[in-house]
Amino acid sequence: MTKRKALRTAFTLLVTLVLFVLLWEGYKWVGQQTDDHWPGTQFGLPVSTDDLTMPHAGDIFNELTDEIRAGRETLPMAVYLAKKAAFTFLEAAIGFSLGVIVGLMLAIFMLRWRFAERGFLPWINVSQTVPLIALAPIVVTWARLQGYPDMVGISLIATYLTFFPVAVSGLRGLQSPDSSDVELMRSYAASWSSTLIKLRLPAARPFLFPAFKLAATLSVVGAIVGEISIGTKTGLGRAILDFAQRYSVWPERLYASVIAASLLGLFVFGLVNAAEWLVIKKGREVLK
Amino acid sequence: MRENSEILEEAVSIRAADKVFNPDSDNEVQALLGIDLDVKEGDFISLIGPSGCGKSTLLRLIADLLTPTEGEVKVFGKTANQARLDQDYGMVFQHSGLFDWRDISANIELPLELKGWSKADRQARSGEMLELVRLEEFKDHYPRQLSGGMQQRVSIARALSFEPRLLLMDEPFGALDEMTREHMQVELLRIWRETGTTVVFVTHSIPEAAFLSSKVVVLSPRPGRIHSEITVDLGDRTDETREDPEFFKATTEVREALRAVEAG
Ligand SMILES: Nc1ncnc2c1ncn2[C@@H]1O[C@H](COP(=O)(O)OP(=O)(O)OP(=O)(O)O)[C@@H](O)[C@H]1O
Ligand SMILES: [Mg+2]
Repeated sequence: MTKRKALRTAFTLLVTLVLFVLLWEGYKWVGQQTDDHWPGTQFGLPVSTDDLTMPHAGDIFNELTDEIRAGRETLPMAVYLAKKAAFTFLEAAIGFSLGVIVGLMLAIFMLRWRFAERGFLPWINVSQTVPLIALAPIVVTWARLQGYPDMVGISLIATYLTFFPVAVSGLRGLQSPDSSDVELMRSYAASWSSTLIKLRLPAARPFLFPAFKLAATLSVVGAIVGEISIGTKTGLGRAILDFAQRYSVWPERLYASVIAASLLGLFVFGLVNAAEWLVIKKGREVLK
Repeated sequence: MRENSEILEEAVSIRAADKVFNPDSDNEVQALLGIDLDVKEGDFISLIGPSGCGKSTLLRLIADLLTPTEGEVKVFGKTANQARLDQDYGMVFQHSGLFDWRDISANIELPLELKGWSKADRQARSGEMLELVRLEEFKDHYPRQLSGGMQQRVSIARALSFEPRLLLMDEPFGALDEMTREHMQVELLRIWRETGTTVVFVTHSIPEAAFLSSKVVVLSPRPGRIHSEITVDLGDRTDETREDPEFFKATTEVREALRAVEAG
């Protein structure tokens, strides 16, 4: 049942990938025939189709197997990117974990004290309107001044993005039990903390997991943006920065690094999905 | 289980209780007025009355989920608050209120867990309770895999798991079809006899009140007051009792009291 579902998901991913490549190449082909105009019109296409703007999909995939010199060794691009991605993953994972802890603590705090909800929630919302580009150098400079490794500052940026969905959905989830469920716990003379552990936290899970999924992808974004603004020596952010600077001569490389970043996002998303399945899916299916 | 010969005390005793919701505001509601009610230990009493007359409110006063605006509520000679802290009652709500994420045994064990029972003791007790409500085979199922009536039985098992001396039930069979409902009534009476628990039972249904109770308390609406108390004695009740002339007499008496209430 679930195995079939996993297969179906993999199949769907593959089909959409193929469709996307066909669309990309089709569009490129049309543009090449009509000199970047809509067929039979004078209207220009929104994106030009030369090899610099839109390299061939095949060239991008080939790039993944091409060798790249990194320091003293030469490696296939895919391996090179995977190494970079592993580092970024570590930063994102630390940021995500911290963000989940901070978000949950905020949610519990706001649940416990109504004034905290009124006082905090607006600020939590405001916090997310601060542009990351402005925030990142501040955090990174601060972390450097404290003598921390760059990874700390980068993970904190990822935390900054991830705590938000967790806090907001977490609060909603913790408040989700019916008043009759809360009364039931009260009828057992259960303490506030027992009610939290036995009722509110389990009831919050269906709200938390979608937030975790969002947070996981955001943590990757946060880590990459953090790497770019700090100018680290490693990580996917570094690779993207390097390849972006040489885009005009070698566009396939930037595309390859963007693919690596998406794959990393997909990977963390998959991890959270697996965790969700382990934690809440069992027992939810109605007996047939 | 407890011996019926222990019947001595008042299980519930309410004196001149009033309940006003949102006092001194625009949406002030006088839900209950001057309630005097005694429930003897081992009794099975039903509260019946038109919708919104304050039956659930009265049950919540006994359960110390609400406090009376005036008057006092005693449960086994103690304040309602003390009785709640002592876990003297178990409560069954209209919707079974089982936790989706716990299987049936774990749901029944919830109050025991909160009391700090050991795992072995909890399992032994939930086993007994499942037997009592005849759901042994379903112990590892999850609530959503059970029918409404089965869920309600689990909810009763959960309420009885820690052997409370008092069972408070708010329209527990309200959502069931007529046949399941009648079956559950017979089951409830069997459990009541086997455990010797005192029951306060809220219902909308006239035959249900007459069939189950030793005393039917009829409430009048807004503000809720006790209109009358009807004593019923049908002896040992089975499904045949429903065709008994005595049962017909009892339902008629309750129906007439309710008509009088509705007429104001
Ligand atoms: N928490 C509350 N806040 C304000 N008013 C309330 C609250 N609970 C109940 N009431 C009011 O008190 C009155 C009695 O409500 P209650 O729920 O006790 O009625 P009931 O007899 O149980 O009705 P039903 O048979 O429909 O369940 C109603 O008018 C209701 O609006
Ligand atoms: Mg009610």
